[in-house]
Amino acid sequence: MNNTAPFWRSRRFKPVLLQLLFVVIAGICLFYFINNALTGLKRLGLPLDFGFLQSTASFDISGDKLIDYSATDPYSRAILVGLFNTLRVAVLGIMFATILGVILGIARLSNNWLVRNTSKVFVEIFRNTPLLVQMIIWFSAVFLMLPLIENSYVFAGTVFFSNRGIAIPWFQTTSATWIWLVCVATAILLAITVWKWRLKLQTETGKRKYPSLWAVGVTAAAMIVPLLLTSAGPFHVTMPEVNPNGRSFAGGFVISPSFASVLIALVMYTSAFIAEIVRAGIMGVSKGQLEAAQALGLKSSTTLRLVVFPQAFRIIIPPLTSQYLNLTKNSSLAVAVGYPEIVHVGNTILNQSGRAIQMITIMIICYLTVSLLTSLFMNIFNKYTQLAER
Amino acid sequence: MGVNQADIMKETTVLQAPKKNRTVQKWLKDNMFSSWLNTFFTIALTILLFFLFKVILSWVLFSADWTVVSVHLKLLLAGQYPNAELWRVFLCIFLLSLLTGFSSGIWNGTMTQLGLFFAGLLALCLALPFVSVEAKIWNAASLLVLVCGYFGGKKLPLKKTVLFSWLMLFPVTIFLLSGFGILPKVGTNLWGGFLLTLLLAVVAIVASFPLGVLLALGRRSRLPAIKYFCVCYIEFIRGIPLITILYVAQLMVPLFLGQGIELNNAVRAMIGMTLFSAAYLAENVRGGLQSIPSGQYEASHALGFSTPLMTFFIILPQALRAVIPAMVGQFIAIFKDTTLVTIVGIIDILGMAQNVAKNPTFLGKEMELFLFVAAVFFVFCSMLSYVSRRLERSLGVGER
Repeated sequence: MNNTAPFWRSRRFKPVLLQLLFVVIAGICLFYFINNALTGLKRLGLPLDFGFLQSTASFDISGDKLIDYSATDPYSRAILVGLFNTLRVAVLGIMFATILGVILGIARLSNNWLVRNTSKVFVEIFRNTPLLVQMIIWFSAVFLMLPLIENSYVFAGTVFFSNRGIAIPWFQTTSATWIWLVCVATAILLAITVWKWRLKLQTETGKRKYPSLWAVGVTAAAMIVPLLLTSAGPFHVTMPEVNPNGRSFAGGFVISPSFASVLIALVMYTSAFIAEIVRAGIMGVSKGQLEAAQALGLKSSTTLRLVVFPQAFRIIIPPLTSQYLNLTKNSSLAVAVGYPEIVHVGNTILNQSGRAIQMITIMIICYLTVSLLTSLFMNIFNKYTQLAER
Repeated sequence: MGVNQADIMKETTVLQAPKKNRTVQKWLKDNMFSSWLNTFFTIALTILLFFLFKVILSWVLFSADWTVVSVHLKLLLAGQYPNAELWRVFLCIFLLSLLTGFSSGIWNGTMTQLGLFFAGLLALCLALPFVSVEAKIWNAASLLVLVCGYFGGKKLPLKKTVLFSWLMLFPVTIFLLSGFGILPKVGTNLWGGFLLTLLLAVVAIVASFPLGVLLALGRRSRLPAIKYFCVCYIEFIRGIPLITILYVAQLMVPLFLGQGIELNNAVRAMIGMTLFSAAYLAENVRGGLQSIPSGQYEASHALGFSTPLMTFFIILPQALRAVIPAMVGQFIAIFKDTTLVTIVGIIDILGMAQNVAKNPTFLGKEMELFLFVAAVFFVFCSMLSYVSRRLERSLGVGER
């Protein structure tokens, strides 16, 4: 038979042709844009290299610094400070948002009308208002409205609220801290072993062997060792107090207003979403599982712990991962309240040096790396908890 | 059948369902004090909520000074839009309420609720004492056509006209607001406040829709060049925060476009929001595409459809229907995210509130201003999420 169809409609050539067309068009567009950008940069006299990162930053970052930094350090160190600040708020935010979100999610399913509806109202309010508005409310209408430092509002003599930040008692490591740390780690390992052993005994004999009680007992007993060794507590607590000049706090730990508002806003906003995810996850466990657990005579707390949660976990983890990613990305809004995270620092450098393309590229690379690492980690965790089917 | 049901009823004693004891005490006992722990929670929470409400109410009613909002209401809602041309904005609202009225008459259910919500907003505007007379007259007219439209829509066969008008509403609104030389021109630099917020959100979602659908189709394409391009684009955009995309739009788009093409701030932000939203929309649409059983593809191939015809007439209509609730959710997210344009110096409702807060006459009134902004967003977002939940139920998406 003679093939009458022209060659560009044949099964072999059509896809190749289409893709070629696509690549050529995309290439032309890309070339046009890049060419424009390059000529534009040349006209403005801005080179496209990263050499400027080594020049002196000459701006200071006040307050939140996890590593030493001063105005004489290069730009690259300032970026590092920003990156650490992003990670700090993201990690703390994820931790607190998970705790609050799980509590709210379980409260949404409570059989207590008041608890259920309080949680519902909380979730609705914080989910339906923009994060940036929340952050700005916390910053400019709450934390900056606190009294001046010399007439700080003092709570229980230990926590100072002022518009320069919130000062809380904090731990200071002493020489005994490391001995304590090693002993606690050993005690926990020991407790787990004892717990497993008692549990095994319990399943074998069918009699109560109180594994949890044993584990707690072992841990407590093991705590006596470092106490005898060092005859001191694990750390030293420093109390905050206002410096005599009335400008700053001494001792304790000062949470800056911008950090506090970013953290609180992120935690409240994300926990509202996590609450819905947890609720959906728990409701997603099929009813038969619950009924079977009841028919087997399990207590309701045991049912929750051993039947519902492990299964709900599998439903919860993928959307939870995307919420963690959202929280990390949303931490970039901190630029609006002056918390020196990567976008804020990057923006300052961008305005100072005019290297827009380079700085935006650096920001994008930082976020992509963090996002990819988070999703990688969560995917591994996800695989670990998924049901091994067939 | 054979056996008469009534006969069976006669022979067997039908047990009545036990009557529920629906007294207040019983309800309280069941819902608040059913166990030790519940009683504890109820009491603790009651005390906490009592003090919280006391503080909030006394602040809202007595300490707060709401004049800062009422004085700047026009600025917050319409920005620097010239007062002489404000009638155009009202005309847009008028047209919108006309269409909403007709639609809520024609399609019952969710549309009626939306109409009610819209009527409520207009009525609220009429009830507020500090709203200008011009605004009140326009809003009264809008409310009137909304109600008339509702009853008209029930009677008249206008379905196609109304659908077509909805499609036309967006270009008409843009024409009215900007003027384009026929009416006196109002540049986008004068658009601001909540008007700009709404426009940004609507433009982003409308423009990103075709882009998102194309990306979703591309991601499922068998052609590797197209597929990997779409995958890279989607994953790249989803991996970075919106604010960096807005920076790109503000600082790098002018460079890419070269000399000769001048775009102003608001348009650049719209481009950024569209590119951002398209990636998320694409993932939603992909979810819909994946829910189409392969029988649909096979059947349309068997009927001799070519791939483009099959995609547009068989697959997409079903896929898009399945993702409507998710897309409403996406719209809510974009709507909230428009506030980020404040960071790149565009004066939307939040930016306007920040500017007003700097006004020396109204120092220290940040709480009132930003709470007002939050409340505006809360009202619209709750309404939309309610709509999304209703659509989910009426389309039966969640049950599959």
